[in-house]
Amino acid sequence: MGVDEMMDQLKRACAIAKKDIRIYYLNGPVVIFGILVPGFLFLAFVIGRDLPINFLVAGLLGMTVFFTSTSVTPVIAPTETQTRNLERLAAAPISITTALFGDVLASAFFGIAISLVPVLLGVAFGVTITHPFILALGIVLAAFCFSAMGLIFSSIPTGATSTVMMLSTMVRFPLVFISGVFIPVGDLPSWGQALASLSPLTYLTDLCRYSFQDINNHYPVSVDIAALAIFLMIFMAAATKLHERSLPKRL
Amino acid sequence: MIEVRELTKYYDGLAAVDHISFEVEEGEVFGFLGPNGAGKTTTVRMLTGVIKPGSGSVSIMGFDIRRDPIKAKQIAGVVPDLSNAYSELSAWGNLQFMAELYGVPGTDARKRAEELLTKFDLYDRKDHKVKTFSKGMKQKLVIAMSLMNDPEILFLDEPTSGLDVQSARLIKEMVRELNNDGKTVFLTTHYMEEANDLCNRIAIINHGTIVAIDAPEKLKMRIGGMQRVEVSFDTPVDVSCFHSISGVISVRRSGDKLRFYTNEPGRVIYQLVDYSRSNNLEIVMLTTLTPTLEDVFVKLTREQK
Ligand SMILES: Nc1ncnc2c1ncn2[C@@H]1O[C@H](COP(=O)(O)OP(=O)(O)O)[C@@H](O)[C@H]1O
Ligand SMILES: [Mg+2]
Repeated sequence: MGVDEMMDQLKRACAIAKKDIRIYYLNGPVVIFGILVPGFLFLAFVIGRDLPINFLVAGLLGMTVFFTSTSVTPVIAPTETQTRNLERLAAAPISITTALFGDVLASAFFGIAISLVPVLLGVAFGVTITHPFILALGIVLAAFCFSAMGLIFSSIPTGATSTVMMLSTMVRFPLVFISGVFIPVGDLPSWGQALASLSPLTYLTDLCRYSFQDINNHYPVSVDIAALAIFLMIFMAAATKLHERSLPKRL
Repeated sequence: MIEVRELTKYYDGLAAVDHISFEVEEGEVFGFLGPNGAGKTTTVRMLTGVIKPGSGSVSIMGFDIRRDPIKAKQIAGVVPDLSNAYSELSAWGNLQFMAELYGVPGTDARKRAEELLTKFDLYDRKDHKVKTFSKGMKQKLVIAMSLMNDPEILFLDEPTSGLDVQSARLIKEMVRELNNDGKTVFLTTHYMEEANDLCNRIAIINHGTIVAIDAPEKLKMRIGGMQRVEVSFDTPVDVSCFHSISGVISVRRSGDKLRFYTNEPGRVIYQLVDYSRSNNLEIVMLTTLTPTLEDVFVKLTREQK
């Protein structure tokens, strides 16, 4: 593929992202779910404890980016299976990767926008961001990474959003508990640390801790960023392969 | 325009499409006629790059659908069977989305969307969400969507199936008009008259194989001896008077009419007119009956078994 063709495909991915935002984000209980869940989890954990505010805000931020970015990508494919929009898309001059990347763009955009809520909340409570650039990079990378992760759930060839939502919930909740959100990775036993290293959310949380006054970060910054980038590539490649296989079964 | 060689698709060991080959010429309406389950949709999906062929090749204006899928799809317009526009978007939003997917520049896209909406009588509803549309309106919109990229070839999979008579007629009229404007059309249908009325050539498909490909009238001629001329005179004439007429296979009386079975209806008509003149008879009714596409279809698919 030449550069021109790449640019064309990128523009078409943006068209898909725009469509997703208009259909799925501007009117969705799914989205509210994505915002409320981290809020409640956070409150449930925080109430009655005496933890440093910057530690808490870092955890909340990680969790928010995670839940918002993974909230909609899982439901796009099953919804469009049911509403019979997929064949039209499949007949359009775009590759499967382009279509999926469009979904990821919309979802990441949304995840990044909502991440401003806990960041501003933190600032209001007196947290200083010592590494804003690293933090921004981490949030962007993680939002893409988690969005692509959501696509893995939706690759099961079904038109029932409930099936996909159940699967994604079953994976997402346990992940939060092994990702150093509530307990720093460094404080975990060695098996817990090993488990944590398998979750992409661990690396975002770690980066957030680093960005808020250098506290408690377990991995070097370069490791966090590399891990998020690698997870993103793996998720994207896997999603493309899986969706390629499931598409004919959806028609 | 379209070249298909030995195209095949198996589902669970059963051939949905079984080694079919054909070509579609520029500017023609090519019909794919067959009953439900014949393999029409599976064929269209392979031609439009939606599913991968099991084996065989498809080329769309020289672009191989497997090697150059993006280029082949770029020049095609597609109306899939049972497909929908996005019901949460407006008619306008759906058309613009299509334009963006096909890389149509903004000003062209707006101009074309306005033209198409006007043509399909949807302009005053352009900002309404598609979920408020009737079935016929939705189908018109889906066709308009397929025309946003000004395609060289238009694929229509059973475009009138399940529509009321009026919408179906409007869509058939559209197809004719598009074809007059020079568009090549690939159309599948299980309606005989639709294929008969619209298509320059028809492939009859049954159980995944092509039984015959030809112009509708030539297909009818193929099952020869089934054409007939019926005539009725103002005074009854006996069958025996017509034994000297040439080109007739058999004559039969039916009510006040005489029925001539023939392969040369033109020749028979001349002789009947001559006969009426020389015998001072008046012709009350004269008509030719050709086999219908249905006759052809029944005969050919029966032969296949
Ligand atoms: N996804 C699929 N899985 C299994 N069998 C299929 C699938 N799609 C079509 N078929 C089978 O292939 C045959 C042809 O189907 P289709 O192309 O849809 O026919 P038509 O469009 O002419 O009605 C049918 O017997 C159908 O059951
Ligand atoms: Mg069909």
